[in-house]
Amino acid sequence: MKTPALNEMYWLVKREFWEHRGGFLWAPVITGGVFLLLNLMGIIAGEVIGAQHGVHFLFSDRIHILDHALSADEVARAGALMDMVMYSTSFIISIVLGFVVFFYCLGALYDDRRDRSLLFWKSLPLSDSATVLSKVVAGTLLAPVIAVVCGVVTGIAMLLLFVVALSFHGVGAWHLLAYAHPFRVIANLIGTIPLYALWALPATGWLLLCSAWARSKPFLWAAVLPAAVGAMLSWFNLIGPRVGTGWYWSDVCGRILLSVFPGSWLSAGNYQNVSNGAALNVLNLGSAYSVMGTPGFWIGTVAGLALLGGAIWLRRWRDDN
Amino acid sequence: MNAVVVASGLTKRYKNTAALDNASFRIEAGRIVGLIGPNGAGKTTALKAILGLTDFQGELSVLGLDPRKQRNKLMEQVCFIADVAVLPRWIRVSEAVDFVANTHPRFDRKKCEAFLARTKLTPDQRVKQMSKGMIVQLHLSLVMAIDARLLVLDEPTLGLDILYRKQFYQSLLEDYFDENKTIIVTTHQVEEVEHILTDLMFIRDGKIVLDADMDAVGERFAEVMVGADKAAAARALKPLDERQVFGKSIFLFDGVERAQLEALGEIRRPAVSDLFVATMKGTYA
Repeated sequence: MKTPALNEMYWLVKREFWEHRGGFLWAPVITGGVFLLLNLMGIIAGEVIGAQHGVHFLFSDRIHILDHALSADEVARAGALMDMVMYSTSFIISIVLGFVVFFYCLGALYDDRRDRSLLFWKSLPLSDSATVLSKVVAGTLLAPVIAVVCGVVTGIAMLLLFVVALSFHGVGAWHLLAYAHPFRVIANLIGTIPLYALWALPATGWLLLCSAWARSKPFLWAAVLPAAVGAMLSWFNLIGPRVGTGWYWSDVCGRILLSVFPGSWLSAGNYQNVSNGAALNVLNLGSAYSVMGTPGFWIGTVAGLALLGGAIWLRRWRDDN
Repeated sequence: MNAVVVASGLTKRYKNTAALDNASFRIEAGRIVGLIGPNGAGKTTALKAILGLTDFQGELSVLGLDPRKQRNKLMEQVCFIADVAVLPRWIRVSEAVDFVANTHPRFDRKKCEAFLARTKLTPDQRVKQMSKGMIVQLHLSLVMAIDARLLVLDEPTLGLDILYRKQFYQSLLEDYFDENKTIIVTTHQVEEVEHILTDLMFIRDGKIVLDADMDAVGERFAEVMVGADKAAAARALKPLDERQVFGKSIFLFDGVERAQLEALGEIRRPAVSDLFVATMKGTYA
């Protein structure tokens, strides 16, 4: 916080957080809470129905595996299962995060033009590039960090929930928790955030550009324009040389709209070599970052930076207030 | 001379209408300038050009800087209140103060808190819970705590009740304005600002049609109440305007010898609003 530029960025990002506390903080917290509640309800329902019918669905036949010392293979499987539980909560929250970031970017440079508060922000000595950059930072670094924290906390709470449920049946599963890898899970999730920010650039750039440009209904421009181009391409395919449209939908349209969803880089094309290994390994940092070896990643990043440049230019000169 | 704003040949076109048409003017430091004009005359465009919010043709220097290229540097020295109620609706009083305090190098937090203490605003209050008058109080508290050299006000009291309007200009004069500061204000409520203005600028169809300090305005323009018997003589002196009150005629003259006018009747200093109406005759026709 010492240099003026960093200090300015800190306060600009803080401003974004103040304004979007609902999407950045409460959306993941509530999602995690609802997810936990549903699981709790599921467990209670299982217990009640089990008691009524005199059977124990949940644990009846597998329960004996906990009685003897676990083999190395079983330890690995138990650990993977628990890691999976922790990832699964983060997965749910990351979908919510995708929607939050999508609409955040779409409104970030539009809402203050519509309600004219732009004129207040522009009365302060803040550069337009710092302003636009702060929105990228808030959307693709700050929001994911909060989402990861919520995801991991929810995941750990889920594990505790299961262990407590097991202990009601006299099964001590506390020692199993030692086989989980919470720190590895957290490191993988946190470590993926920079990748996410870069991967999402074409989408953040495009959405912010539409946000800075549209006189009204930025969503329509952002979504309909690429769709219209795709329709035109399909039409050309019908009447003329076949250039195919699959590449357009996945590498252009998909990237400028859907890259804000975390993990959207996990499409088959980018990970042929790891998909035959253990499923969870694909989430390890090494394999996650291997997407950087594809040209599409870097073309997208450069295109995203260009779109951001356009958004900054429009923010400076768009004159419709 | 210590000019704050120097504009020459300022031109801005929107499609086929000229919002600014080769306007040239100069504003010195320590003045309060009223930029007065009918709707669509180019007031807001002129202010936007000064604030670097719009592109234009011509030369413009504000505090020695080019607002198109050096906007960030310029905004450390320039403040503006553009219209009422442009504060973001979600922000709290405390957040607004925190934010400006940490991003504006010339902001004095203590001053701002002292101004806020004189209002009913509480730190937790959000802008969306405030009345228009309270929003302006918050905005003014923020702006007056910034040690800027130029303050631009665009219709700052539109839609406020008379108590807030009086308080607004009174605070500006008592707690803010000094010889190092310059204020440019546009408003339609001319009567409320004419006592505080030092300079008057009329703008019409993108052109500056009058640019004078208030003393010069008093010397140049005169209003004379003339009885029916001398009305013909008064008309011979080519008045700007003539209106009837209680069977007498009131003539507005531009640059006619005092001695000649004294022979006709009682001389008064014309109100800015009357001057404005006479100057802008036929604008909407």
